[in-house]
Amino acid sequence: MTTTPLPQNSAASTTANAPSAVPDALGRFGRFGGKYVPETLMPALAELEAAFWQYRNDADFQGELDHLLKDYVGRPSPLYCAERLSDRYARPDGTGPQIYLKREDLNHTGAHKINNAIAQALLAKRMGKQRIIAETGAGQHGVATATVCARFGLDCVIYMGVHDMERQALNVFRMRLMGAEVRPVSAGTGTLKDATSEAIRDWVTNVETTHYILGSVAGPHPYPMMVRDFHAIIGQETREQCQAIWGGLPDILMACVGGGSNAMGLFHEFVGEASVRLIGVEAAGEGADTDKHAATLTKGEVGVLHGAMSYLLQDRDGQVIEAHSISAGLDYPGVGPEHAYLKDTGRAEYYSVTDAQALDAFQWVSRLEGIIPALETSHAFAYLDTLCPTLEGSPRIVINCSGRGDKDVQTVAKALDLR
Amino acid sequence: MSTSTASSVSARFAALRSRGECALIPFLTAGDPDLATTAEALRVLDRSGADFIELGVPYSDPLADGPTIQAAATRSLQRGTKLDDVLALVKEVSPELTAPIVLFTYYNPILHRGIETFLKDIKAAGVAGLVVPDLPLEEAEGLLVPAAAIGIEVTLLVAPTSPMERIEAIAAQSQGFIYLVSVTGVTGVRSQLQDRVGDLLTRIRTVTDKPIGIGFGIADADQARQVRQWGADAAIVGSAIVKRLAEGTPTEGLAAIADFCQTLKAALK
Repeated sequence: MTTTPLPQNSAASTTANAPSAVPDALGRFGRFGGKYVPETLMPALAELEAAFWQYRNDADFQGELDHLLKDYVGRPSPLYCAERLSDRYARPDGTGPQIYLKREDLNHTGAHKINNAIAQALLAKRMGKQRIIAETGAGQHGVATATVCARFGLDCVIYMGVHDMERQALNVFRMRLMGAEVRPVSAGTGTLKDATSEAIRDWVTNVETTHYILGSVAGPHPYPMMVRDFHAIIGQETREQCQAIWGGLPDILMACVGGGSNAMGLFHEFVGEASVRLIGVEAAGEGADTDKHAATLTKGEVGVLHGAMSYLLQDRDGQVIEAHSISAGLDYPGVGPEHAYLKDTGRAEYYSVTDAQALDAFQWVSRLEGIIPALETSHAFAYLDTLCPTLEGSPRIVINCSGRGDKDVQTVAKALDLR
Repeated sequence: MSTSTASSVSARFAALRSRGECALIPFLTAGDPDLATTAEALRVLDRSGADFIELGVPYSDPLADGPTIQAAATRSLQRGTKLDDVLALVKEVSPELTAPIVLFTYYNPILHRGIETFLKDIKAAGVAGLVVPDLPLEEAEGLLVPAAAIGIEVTLLVAPTSPMERIEAIAAQSQGFIYLVSVTGVTGVRSQLQDRVGDLLTRIRTVTDKPIGIGFGIADADQARQVRQWGADAAIVGSAIVKRLAEGTPTEGLAAIADFCQTLKAALK
């Protein structure tokens, strides 16, 4: 049994027109979100939120950020029409979904993660914090954070599970090359969950000198809101690009969901557009009905992890259960609270695909488009096989191609050898 | 019901205060190394000078804990310890104890059971108070109100980083006592306590008459004495107890914590 202790705020009871107004002042998306952290961090979260509101509309800050996003990150990222991928689902009469890829994989460092990392580093600088910490799963957020710390001359410590360090060795090397200290976390399952706990412990200890660049739309308020807003440029560009290419809105947006940052970045701009379907794809691991998966929204129950109330994989005693996914970036038993809210309000749909389906998609996307997607991103592609046969006409689908797959080739080669 | 007003946390503090004593609150992780040893450890600590005992429910993701208590929780969970086992143990042992039991648990197990059910279950087991390290004031109301109705005292924490207006608000809501975290950091023994803790204690005194307990990092009798000299109402000792209990056989561990507990209490008198 699951209960919710706190009264639903007004936003929770409103319809799909309102969700972009969340979170409320306490950081709640309906019943989700909040700040479930040790008291030591509460003043730091308040300080961070104040800085975020101060600089969000500050011309100097925005000017510097825009400049860096353009010349350092390489934005805007293209919206690419994937013709051969679309052909895969074409019907004999020539109709069929038109698939476009938002090419976040072309960003500097190879994933969407840098949008948030660079903005938070600018914020940290203005807050006078010289030391940066971060957690990482697949290593993409760790690499993005190490990159911006090198760029700004900030001290950088990255927490990473020992299991993830092994399967993402390339990214460990990249982080160290750029001067970051990568601290292995062997507690618990040695994955993203434990790396996040350890990063929070570091922050509790060094909060007065350190900024924590949390890498997903998870964690205590203001992180889910702030990380979403720093990634919202993905959806904003997509809107402009759709307008330029065909003069209208997309019909369907699709993205993989672990913590959910790339999905929120794409979705946020369109949450108020009722005609746009929002689809998040989770990792079902060996199957959502087995005990080895990371399908939090599909299979989880309401709970609190890493400072936020959301859906959570947990046992009957409320102990957090180990997640499983072949993709280190999706291997997390929690999910960002705004996704929980979008699920409960019915505004977004969430499905899951297995390791095997993602591995297949990794290969056929590579062969059809000459684009090697990250294993995380491959989950979103894999769901096309399920989604497309259910569609009528020629709807325009935008997939967030959230990261490149170079980091995953060893994992994939090993998995294919075992087949 | 084994609890009565006489064994409530605040009543016990009132009695200690009238004798001018600083309380000793040792901490145990339930089920480490096993539940039978935890039961015996409760009895041993009660006989060795403990005025309250803080009993930790093992949790999979103990954010506020350092390596010692993390490891104890992991060992306990690996042995299969469940919340119901912990409550059955409290129910069995608490009638034999003079020291009220304060349960230390993270929030998710409370939420998952359901707040009302959780409170009813711990009350029936004989728990007197509750500390939830990941439930700050802003999120605590949903627990404080039903807990007050059922007679469980929920103690809130203040930290060295808490500004004065927060301290005042927390002190007003905290029940039983106020838990002053002595370090910016997680639980675990420290070689020395920061002087600013004494200043902080003095400042908290200006806004509340409630008892103040200092914890996180107290490693030995010298530090316990320091806490008493600062004028605290209680010293809370966790990792240093857990570590001693975990070393050697359960019998050796129990003997070690009995000695240690007596030494600490002597330093607090």
